[in-house]
Amino acid sequence: MILELDDVHVTLGGSHILQGVSFSVAPIGVTALLGRNGVGKTTTVKAILGLVRRTGRIDFGGDPVHRLRTHEIVRRGIGYAPEDRCVFAKLTVTENLALAERRGSAHAYDLVYELFPELKARSAQAVGTLSGGQQQMVAIARTLLNDNRLIVVDEPTKGLAPKVVTEVAEVLERAAERVPMLLVEQNLALVRRLAGDGVVLAAGQVVHRGPVRELLADAALTRELLGVGQARGESVTPPTRPAPSGGSIHPLAIVKDRQPPDEVSPPESTRSDAP
Amino acid sequence: MSTLVLLTLTGLGLGALYFLIASGLSLIFGLMDVLNFAHGALVTAGAYAAWRLTGHLPFAVAIAAAIATGAALAALIETVLIRPLYSRPKDQILVTVGLGLALPALVQGIWGADARQLQAPKQLAGTVSLLGARVPTDRFVLIAAAIVVLAALKLFLSRTRYGLVVRAGVEDRAMVTALGIDVRKAFTLVFAIGGALAGLAGALGGVYFGSVSPDQGTSLLVFGFVVVVIGGMGRTDGVALAAAAVGLIQQFTNYYAASGLGDFAAVAILAVVLLARGNRDGVRRLIRRAA
Repeated sequence: MILELDDVHVTLGGSHILQGVSFSVAPIGVTALLGRNGVGKTTTVKAILGLVRRTGRIDFGGDPVHRLRTHEIVRRGIGYAPEDRCVFAKLTVTENLALAERRGSAHAYDLVYELFPELKARSAQAVGTLSGGQQQMVAIARTLLNDNRLIVVDEPTKGLAPKVVTEVAEVLERAAERVPMLLVEQNLALVRRLAGDGVVLAAGQVVHRGPVRELLADAALTRELLGVGQARGESVTPPTRPAPSGGSIHPLAIVKDRQPPDEVSPPESTRSDAP
Repeated sequence: MSTLVLLTLTGLGLGALYFLIASGLSLIFGLMDVLNFAHGALVTAGAYAAWRLTGHLPFAVAIAAAIATGAALAALIETVLIRPLYSRPKDQILVTVGLGLALPALVQGIWGADARQLQAPKQLAGTVSLLGARVPTDRFVLIAAAIVVLAALKLFLSRTRYGLVVRAGVEDRAMVTALGIDVRKAFTLVFAIGGALAGLAGALGGVYFGSVSPDQGTSLLVFGFVVVVIGGMGRTDGVALAAAAVGLIQQFTNYYAASGLGDFAAVAILAVVLLARGNRDGVRRLIRRAA
């Protein structure tokens, strides 16, 4: 296992957000971290990176890292593309990438510019003037620039247009061929396309682990865990609205009209098969 | 005409002094969100370092010592007192306010409360005739120093990796660390740069005023803050323009309106700028400070 969390707790502003999270990330492929809004997915990611105070044990590549500071953890080989991207708006594309260059690592500019030719064309442009999709490309490019042993990508398709979602999905698929990935994502079609293993959080605890395909094939379980109807963790998330009706969605298709994050639903075809 | 020239150059000289203080303040606040009320004490420390050495060693060495004193003291303060308090901003402010009071008190305890005359070297003591005005040479030195510092800061920020880290850190500190960068090193460096500039300001301020006193730094710091607020936190160009403007307005008001009104004018401009920006919070803070 490349990353292992054991009994990780996080308390923020008096709320006990993570209540003993334990799971591991396989050294190959994509592990999806799933769950409804507000269950602690982003906090889990931040706990791994030491961006929030946490207790418990975190091993990366077999070594404990929970006592290290964020920059020390990252230098061990983690690339991080945060929720909301966190690119440096006033800096140019070149400067954003240069800042991500880590000492002691080769810098894969060839790969980055092959995956994102647009970034080369816009290298001198301030990142704040790019579109949301292009900013997400910068955020992902930063993780691919160095020799990382794991990349952590938090909601890469949030707020992006459907066409851009497809582009991001293709890039993540290529990235996943090279380096293991921990992916937080609400778009279940994307999760189905990329992820092998899935970890589901509810109310700050892991409530399910296993292959993503099996989870998503089980409509009742998906509904219970990921928040359609009354599910566990209801108390920490806003009330869900009824799932929209619509035609069936191909298992590998990217959901065109993303639903708001609080009402992720399984594909309609699967749901109609439910007992 | 000669009065106009003299007032302009004296105002720009004063503005240069403000810039040396404000540029450090602005960098420190921009990157670290630290309102460094101890910055004036660093100016005083630099002034006294220069005063102690002037007459014994070449003046350039005295200036270098002032810069080194400011930088070393600032790095020490950041590492020992500010660093443990990054998660407690209120305590951090209290610590810098405390230092801002304690260090001048210490200086007063050692060298007395009276102003000490700073004998500038002959090259700086004279005047230069320009368009009919006899302008003290030190005004030109101050303006030149500010221009050199402005250029050096811009080069540092735009051309060096640390400059890149500082610019990125001003936007999103946490993300800088999440790229594997030890942002604390940049903090200490920025604090030391600010301290070095404060030390330089102290030495050159001693030349400008002809003397050094324990409270000199603190009185200059007030205008440093005025300049930073007008110019913009973390914006070196804006701070340079604001410093020149405040220095000029102060001089012209003191001469044409009434002596002493210049300080009032500087604060009045601050209020106008804040109001123009629609910054109600800032105006409230200002009123609280004045009250």
